Amino acid sequence: MASKLLHRVRAVSARLKYSRTLSPTLAAFASSRLLSDVAPSASTSPAPQSSGSSDKFEHNAKSSSVRSSLKDPELAKFSAIADTWWDSGGPFKPLHLMNPTRLAFIRSTLCRHFGKDPSSARPFEGMKIVDVGCGGGILSEPLARMGASVTGVDAVDKNIKIARIHADLDPVTSTIEYCCTTAEKLVEEQRKFDAVISLEVIEHVADPAEFCQSLSALTIPEGALVISTINRSMRAYATAIVAAEYLLHWLPKGTHQWLSFLTPEELVLILQRSSICVKEMAGFVYNPLTGRWSLSDDVSVNFIAFGTKNSQ
Amino acid sequence: MVGMSLACSLASMPLTKHLNVAIIDSNPALVNGIRINKQDPPDPRVSTITPATTSMFRDIGAWQYLQPYRHAYFDQMQVWDYTGLGYTRYHARDVDKDSLGCVVENKVLQSSLLLCIQNADFQKRIFPSRLVSMSLNPGLKSKQMDGISSEISRADLAKLHLSDGTCLYAKLVVGADGSKSQVRELAGFKTTGWNYSQNAVICTVEHASENQCAWQRFLPAGPIALLPMGDNFSNIVWTMNPKEALDRKSMTEIDFVKTVNHALDHGFGPHPTSSLLGKGNIFSWFGAGVPTSGNGGFEIPPKVVKLASERMVFPLSLRHANDYVSKHVALIGDAAHTVHPLAGQGVNLGFGDAFALSRVIGEAIAVGMDIGEASLLKKYEAERKPANIAMMAILDGFQKAYSVDFGPLNILRAAGFHAANYISPLKRSIISYASGEQRLPLFT
Repeated sequence: MASKLLHRVRAVSARLKYSRTLSPTLAAFASSRLLSDVAPSASTSPAPQSSGSSDKFEHNAKSSSVRSSLKDPELAKFSAIADTWWDSGGPFKPLHLMNPTRLAFIRSTLCRHFGKDPSSARPFEGMKIVDVGCGGGILSEPLARMGASVTGVDAVDKNIKIARIHADLDPVTSTIEYCCTTAEKLVEEQRKFDAVISLEVIEHVADPAEFCQSLSALTIPEGALVISTINRSMRAYATAIVAAEYLLHWLPKGTHQWLSFLTPEELVLILQRSSICVKEMAGFVYNPLTGRWSLSDDVSVNFIAFGTKNSQ
Repeated sequence: MVGMSLACSLASMPLTKHLNVAIIDSNPALVNGIRINKQDPPDPRVSTITPATTSMFRDIGAWQYLQPYRHAYFDQMQVWDYTGLGYTRYHARDVDKDSLGCVVENKVLQSSLLLCIQNADFQKRIFPSRLVSMSLNPGLKSKQMDGISSEISRADLAKLHLSDGTCLYAKLVVGADGSKSQVRELAGFKTTGWNYSQNAVICTVEHASENQCAWQRFLPAGPIALLPMGDNFSNIVWTMNPKEALDRKSMTEIDFVKTVNHALDHGFGPHPTSSLLGKGNIFSWFGAGVPTSGNGGFEIPPKVVKLASERMVFPLSLRHANDYVSKHVALIGDAAHTVHPLAGQGVNLGFGDAFALSRVIGEAIAVGMDIGEASLLKKYEAERKPANIAMMAILDGFQKAYSVDFGPLNILRAAGFHAANYISPLKRSIISYASGEQRLPLFT
């Protein structure tokens, strides 16, 4: 479906093979994100800070939770609305509306890659999947219903608590393992998963490249990695920030920072460097008349990418 | 019937085959089976199945159980009224189809669905009792651990109490329990509607030879419909005011047959002639070059020879639930909407609901959603409500238009008959919509 997209993606990776120089946008991006202030500050999430090791680890630990210097407020922001995770009319309404569409993409790509039967009610039976940045478990629960052994991790402790309570309401989802930790910690524990999924997280992360390295380390060779985020385009600024936060009040103001967004090409490059080859990409579009999201070739605002880990 | 069709539909789809379904129905036939003798005279309770419903039945594998029993396809339909100013004759070949619909006894439908579900590899249990009470919103039981954990693991389910004392937990409760739905009451859905000041008299009659056309004549008090059932039998649905209904029910059989023939034939007004004041010529240029059954000419319905069953009387009303769904509950069929029988659409709307709901459930399971979630049930409501309301509005409009005997209105109705008869695109559109092929009238 995304032959034009794949063409772009392949062109980018081809460029990568023959030239080591970063494109201007990427250079600017690198300087603004990677070298921005990384002053450690006290965080509400216990696990990363208590490790208290070298600077590098601290830097990595923060990277999976929050954008550089606004760490505390951002975590606090998510903590404050944590109770409303499962209120499908509350602040997380856009995620609830988008969920079936994201799951459809995940289902189709994972079934195809792992050779599972898409018409089965539990196609992911026997697979281990980790949901990095699981929040209240909006994605983890459907994955568990589809038969997977799911581990959900999030840096905000309150989210994990809410997720645990909600998952225990249904015997099928009560098997989900929730941990208040980060991707880096999981890498340290040498955990491996058949599929690593991190949706709408990378735009909140201080160092996307390191984050992708961790996600890749969690994936088994020939395993799957699915990342979704928002494109750094003018249209995304108009839709995801101005419209969603200021006009329609779908999201609290300041949820997203435009400079933290990644373009599809950048995401592919970062993943390439983490030994992940992006195989498919799709965009989400919202139809205001029906109030529904659907998959499309249009990656100018929200997009989702599916990649596989190179076998070593 | 509609509830059973939902169960059969879920059983037939690979995504939903694994669901555990409990069927709660105090009808003993469900447990004992429905015995049908082919020599029995036809039951007066019949349904007219549209081609769309027939193909849905074929998809779920229930049609094969129906075929050995009496059922009658009809490919022609004639509609006219007592004023004799116009008529419309529909033929299945106008839309390149073989039939306009099929008339089947309700007990045959029930039996075929029951056989279908019994033979399906499907986890179902039949509870032969009635629903007494239901609790739907236990809410998030927060943090009461230790010993109440089993309560918590069921906290997000609906709890049902049955009349025989059984207690069931379910993710989704589907109310398919008819116009006086208990599920609808217990779930607190409000309804809008009104009673028509009309009752319907239903019975089976016999002819001297086979009837293969559906006939409907609008009389001042209400329409009389004659539907072919096969084997020289036909079903009569005659709408009239309650007092007349009681009279007609209690009069002797011979007298009743006479009044029926009178109503179908010369009673209340003249026959429409095939071309009235050259109106046929005016409209013929619309259908120029396209063969239409408007040239078929008006026919008199076959004479009724004798009454073949008891006469039953039912009050008629229009009722529509304001919402079809809420968390853990969905309504389908007559529980959600009841309509006037004048176009034979009621049960077809119900089957449409059942198949739409089963499709929505299948899509939800495909993406791992909880089937009791309100947002996904709303998808079903958004699909069916507009279609159902459109049909109800049209039927109600017809009922009101034909209940007034007022000169100019009679001419308008006659013009309507002529238009439908001679303007082929309009005729095709009407047939498509009534056959269930088209969801909304006039917009393809």
